[in-house]
Amino acid sequence: MNITLQVWRQKAPTSPGKFVTYQMGGVSEEMSFLEMLDLLNERLIGDSEEPVEFDHDCREGICGSCGVMIDGQAHGPELGTATCQLHMRKFNDGATITVEPWRATGFPLIKDLVVDRSSFDRIVEHGGFISVDTGSAPDANLTPVPKEVADTAFDAAACIGCGACVAACPNGAANLFTAAKINHLSLLPQGQAERWTRVEGMVDTMEQYFGSCTNHGECEKACPKLISIDFIAMMNADYVKAKLKNRRLAGRHG
Amino acid sequence: MTFQLDAKVPAGSIEEKWENHKFSVKLVNPSNKRKFKIIIVGTGLAGASAASTLGELGYEVEAFTFHDSPRRAHSIAAQGGINAAKNYRNDGDSVYRLFYDTVKGGDYRSREANVYRLADVSLNIIDQAAAQGVPFAREYGGLLDNRSFGGAQVSRTFYARGQTGQQLLLGAYQALMRQVEKRNVKLHTRSEMLDVVVKDGRAVGIVVRNLVTGAITRHSAHAVVLATGGYANAYYLSTNAMASNVTAAWRAHRKGAGFANPCFTQIHPTCIPASDEFQSKLTLMSESLRNDGRIWVPKRADDKRPANQIPEEDRDYYLERIYPAFGNLVPRDVASRVAKRMVDSGKGVGPLQNGVYLDFNQAIEREGQDTIEERYSNLFEMYERITDENPYEIPMRIYPAPHYTMGGLWVDYNLMTTIPGLYSIGEANFSDHGANRLGASALMQGLADGYFVLPYTIGDYLSGYLNTPPVPTDDPAFDEAAATVADNVRRFLDTNGSRSVDWFHKELGKIIFDYCGMARNESGLQKALSDIPALHEEYRNDVRVLGGEDTLNQSLEKAQRVDDFFELSQAMCRDALNREESCGGHFREEHQSEEGEAIRDDENFSNVSVWEWTGDPASPQLNVEPLEFENVALTTRSYK
Amino acid sequence: MTATAERKKAPWPVQFYRSAVGKKWVMAVTGILLIGFVVAHMIGNWKIFLPDVDGVPDIDIYAHALRELFVPFIPEHVTLWIMRTGLIVAFLFHIHAAYALTLMNRQARTEDYRGPRTYVAANYASRTMRWSGVIFLLFVLFHLADLTWGAQPMAPDAWVRGEVYANFVATFNRPAVTAFYVTAMVALGFHLYHGIWSMFQSLGINHPKINNWRRYLATGLSALIVVGNAIMPLAVLFGFVE
Ligand SMILES: Cc1cc2nc3c(=O)[nH]c(=O)nc-3n(C[C@H](O)[C@H](O)[C@H](O)COP(=O)(O)OP(=O)(O)OC[C@H]3O[C@@H](n4cnc5c(N)ncnc54)[C@H](O)[C@@H]3O)c2cc1C
Ligand code: HEM
Ligand code: HEM
Ligand code: SF4
Ligand code: F3S
Ligand code: FES
Repeated sequence: MNITLQVWRQKAPTSPGKFVTYQMGGVSEEMSFLEMLDLLNERLIGDSEEPVEFDHDCREGICGSCGVMIDGQAHGPELGTATCQLHMRKFNDGATITVEPWRATGFPLIKDLVVDRSSFDRIVEHGGFISVDTGSAPDANLTPVPKEVADTAFDAAACIGCGACVAACPNGAANLFTAAKINHLSLLPQGQAERWTRVEGMVDTMEQYFGSCTNHGECEKACPKLISIDFIAMMNADYVKAKLKNRRLAGRHG
Repeated sequence: MTFQLDAKVPAGSIEEKWENHKFSVKLVNPSNKRKFKIIIVGTGLAGASAASTLGELGYEVEAFTFHDSPRRAHSIAAQGGINAAKNYRNDGDSVYRLFYDTVKGGDYRSREANVYRLADVSLNIIDQAAAQGVPFAREYGGLLDNRSFGGAQVSRTFYARGQTGQQLLLGAYQALMRQVEKRNVKLHTRSEMLDVVVKDGRAVGIVVRNLVTGAITRHSAHAVVLATGGYANAYYLSTNAMASNVTAAWRAHRKGAGFANPCFTQIHPTCIPASDEFQSKLTLMSESLRNDGRIWVPKRADDKRPANQIPEEDRDYYLERIYPAFGNLVPRDVASRVAKRMVDSGKGVGPLQNGVYLDFNQAIEREGQDTIEERYSNLFEMYERITDENPYEIPMRIYPAPHYTMGGLWVDYNLMTTIPGLYSIGEANFSDHGANRLGASALMQGLADGYFVLPYTIGDYLSGYLNTPPVPTDDPAFDEAAATVADNVRRFLDTNGSRSVDWFHKELGKIIFDYCGMARNESGLQKALSDIPALHEEYRNDVRVLGGEDTLNQSLEKAQRVDDFFELSQAMCRDALNREESCGGHFREEHQSEEGEAIRDDENFSNVSVWEWTGDPASPQLNVEPLEFENVALTTRSYK
Repeated sequence: MTATAERKKAPWPVQFYRSAVGKKWVMAVTGILLIGFVVAHMIGNWKIFLPDVDGVPDIDIYAHALRELFVPFIPEHVTLWIMRTGLIVAFLFHIHAAYALTLMNRQARTEDYRGPRTYVAANYASRTMRWSGVIFLLFVLFHLADLTWGAQPMAPDAWVRGEVYANFVATFNRPAVTAFYVTAMVALGFHLYHGIWSMFQSLGINHPKINNWRRYLATGLSALIVVGNAIMPLAVLFGFVE
């Protein structure tokens, strides 16, 4: 198939960027979107032009490295699919495809389509864990977890940290990512002890980098793991409780 | 000099060795720990678990990864599960059985003492992970669920949907980030280690390139730990993540670390075949599919009918035919080899005739579509997303792909390489899997090394350097290392050749997959050993790397890694040539029975081959560590 | 110093309001108060459809009663002023939060997308909250000048304090005014179409049993408010009420 690519090229964070148009012939339907970009790069190198930089690694939709805006949608048109799992057969022959990097102040641009998502690590640093030093754990089966709870916690834990939620959100909010991590831990019995400090720490850190959630629901639709915005509601509820709780009694209430 | 390979295996019965050792190793008292600086390269399961644990203990840790976050490490892709001898199923599992299965599965080419310790600490791993909030699969009673994996006779595999590696890595990553926040660990992301600094025969630091700014920095420490993963990407097409590479381990090898069993590579039988020449990597379909799917090819090579139109009598369920006892559940190496034989004999299916069928129709008729969906829906969806074929109707097409590398840096019982002060953990070391790794054992090994082994054993070495500060980074040893790294970077930018790095990598991959893949023979390996250096020469003169060194430049990163793959792949072939036997993943066609079964040579090859860098990739020095088996009797694996 | 530690310096309600999550919570609560008022106000206003009670329009009696609420226990006007104050405070918080969050979100994406966006979930209502809100604010000011303060030129020439019914008819016989009221109500409708759904999320009210009702409630209630309010000016303009 033949397609016209409009790719955002920007040499450095400061230097001005622009869309550059590339005509791509001989694209096969079987190709993944990233393999199509590989092909573009092979050709660019052939013509002694610098290849397009884009983040990627596992190409199985699990590492969260990849992710670009494709025709104004984070990770492109296919629901619940990361850029690396999107295939060219989803596009029509002759289509014009616009490719842009994630845009958010919390994700400063590094080069071309590559942005710096380390702000997510900062959020996790401030409570995105259960404090259990190596060796201090009791036998795993001492703490039964109802299957439904384990499953819901997993639905949240499935987050791959790709940042599409931020990219898609009209407000540039990271509430879906943060809510996913918080709920993964705070739903489990193991996560109760730090439940209130966790939600405070992570939400407060999140707000240093990202916008606020006005419940557009766009993030959920862009999320390659289709993580539900119900988790955002649960996070909000916990945040309010965290402010009101008498921590000395916290152990007694759920 | 050739090394004296002292495995430092402690005395005592197999059960007591680890206990005795933990008691005999010198300890570092808590207040002294912060006086020691440890560098950890790699933040996958092995690296992240080690960094967090050492941080908790109070050491001053610096962790490096070329990824933008520790959570991206290739460990994240592991699907199937993690083994542990918990015996929650009460089906007769035990530490000893896991130990036994692992040694046997490894075709008796692993070190008993290490494997026993691995099985031993496997129990603590599950406890640790569950406490961290890893959402393992559970039963309605709320207790942990298990499944049997990779043809094991007991159900000892813990799993988290099809994403066990992801959840375990997130657990380790969270523990790591907790230490980062506490300032016990300093994290360097998008930072690639390009050399180990050795002074007076011990590892004293590393040289690192910042992938964003191109800055080359020096870091010194009392000890350096490499947790940099496996090298299956040498084959270009593999199930590994695109960036997985051997550079860290190989540069350590060039600095004097012995490289063990490079030819022990694992080819996974159930991967989605390549769809065209642009294929960039291969996707694994979990082994568990073989529990219900039946593998077949058309009986006649010229049979071009669509799968569903081929009647039963014209199908060859070859595994069930050749191995009546194990059928479709024969171990990975066996299943892979026969699949290759089928495709080579022209019976391959699919547009490129590069696969065999994995058929669920009977299973669906027998158990009903719902049951099958229940078990595999996520895998079936992934398959359909990639191939656009619905496996509920049309049989899946699968083909073997390079997946895991048992070989790696040689380490003693303390996980220390032949360079004092340089440790290696996880897939990067020559691990405990011998010549073939059992499913769900790599996650176990990575976490065992990082959480429960290294933190003890490293103290033994460190205690000897109390109150000796790390070597200053302006030491000549650092100057020299930093200079070589800088030259290397420049060299590729200055080559101005005509072909891309990927082009060369693909060519290299073809050579080793054909001659040093699932089946090897002398003439093929000889050919590879003459082709690879030639291609390498061409690579160095004709590769085209554009862009600058002071910005993000992925082709420049790749150029370094592929350069090392060129040297590594020669070691792989030479090792395969030297090992005149067939064992596990290493199958020498000269050494097989008339039914095509592998024939081991325990007389001459019950050992580890450890290669030593001599400055010339064409003539490395071979050293061997003999393997004694005091507990497990050597038998021939038979799956008939 | 961590973000939390930074915030901890203030008393907890301030901390809470400083966070965006807190602001959204406040918006939801004030939103509910405002909705409550609008609904009550609408029902009260429907009295214009009722026949006079021995010569006095029913709505005048109601307006008068409002002023005398809880008399003699509480002096005249006081109850009304308490309610008014509550209303004004709610408005101010709601508006301040809206303003602060709008700024925050601007800063969260200084470099906007250059290509066109394709939205999947975010709808027109949710993306125009600020504007529907502002239009509505203007409406309220005009509305007060018109019917409460009787300030010219917003109020009709014939405006007389307390003569609610007369003022009412006078004002809406001016087609432009009626048109403006109706437009404002449509803006409010959009605002609430998203707002009422959204406030459950902000308050963290989330239960599989109610989740799919949130949408219906939002649609139904905002429709009721638009129609219920708009019919009054229209009824006057088209002479059903005179
Ligand atoms: C598709 C797939 C499925 C698998 N499924 C299973 C399974 O079900 N069960 C199982 O037990 N095993 C499985 N495995 C194997 C297992 O996942 C790996 O062996 C294991 O995760 C390796 O972990 P590691 O920490 O040693 O290395 P990795 O996870 O690969 O981490 C390597 C780290 O080193 C860093 N690094 C490397 N080089 C450098 C350098 N030069 N400078 C700086 N940093 C560097 C990387 O950034 C990364 O952080 C699977 C493997 C694959 C490919
Ligand atoms: C006076 C001018 C007003 C402005 C500028 C304004 C602005 C806003 C904004 C920007 C939001 C946030 C968008 C969102 O969270 O989805 C919002 C939410 C809301 N507004 Fe208003 N609004 C105003 C008046 C009103 C009135 C009069 C009502 C009720 C009758 C109202 C009800 C709501 C509700 C219920 C929400 C949802 C709160 C939440 O999501 O938590 N608003 N408003
Ligand atoms: C088209 C619909 C509406 C009609 C016909 C209407 C009518 C009136 C009338 C007649 C009064 C005067 C009462 C008096 O004389 O004291 C009044 C007052 C008022 N209206 Fe409305 N109104 C409408 C919509 C609204 C809406 C949507 C709001 C939203 C906030 C609102 C807010 C007010 C306020 C705050 C007052 C002053 C009440 C007081 O005296 O404290 N009105 N309205
Ligand atoms: S929530 Fe979804 S979109 Fe956001 S980071 Fe996680 S996986 Fe990506
Ligand atoms: S799109 Fe943005 S506004 Fe909230 S619901 Fe998702 S974060
Ligand atoms: S490359 Fe790993 S998720 Fe896409």
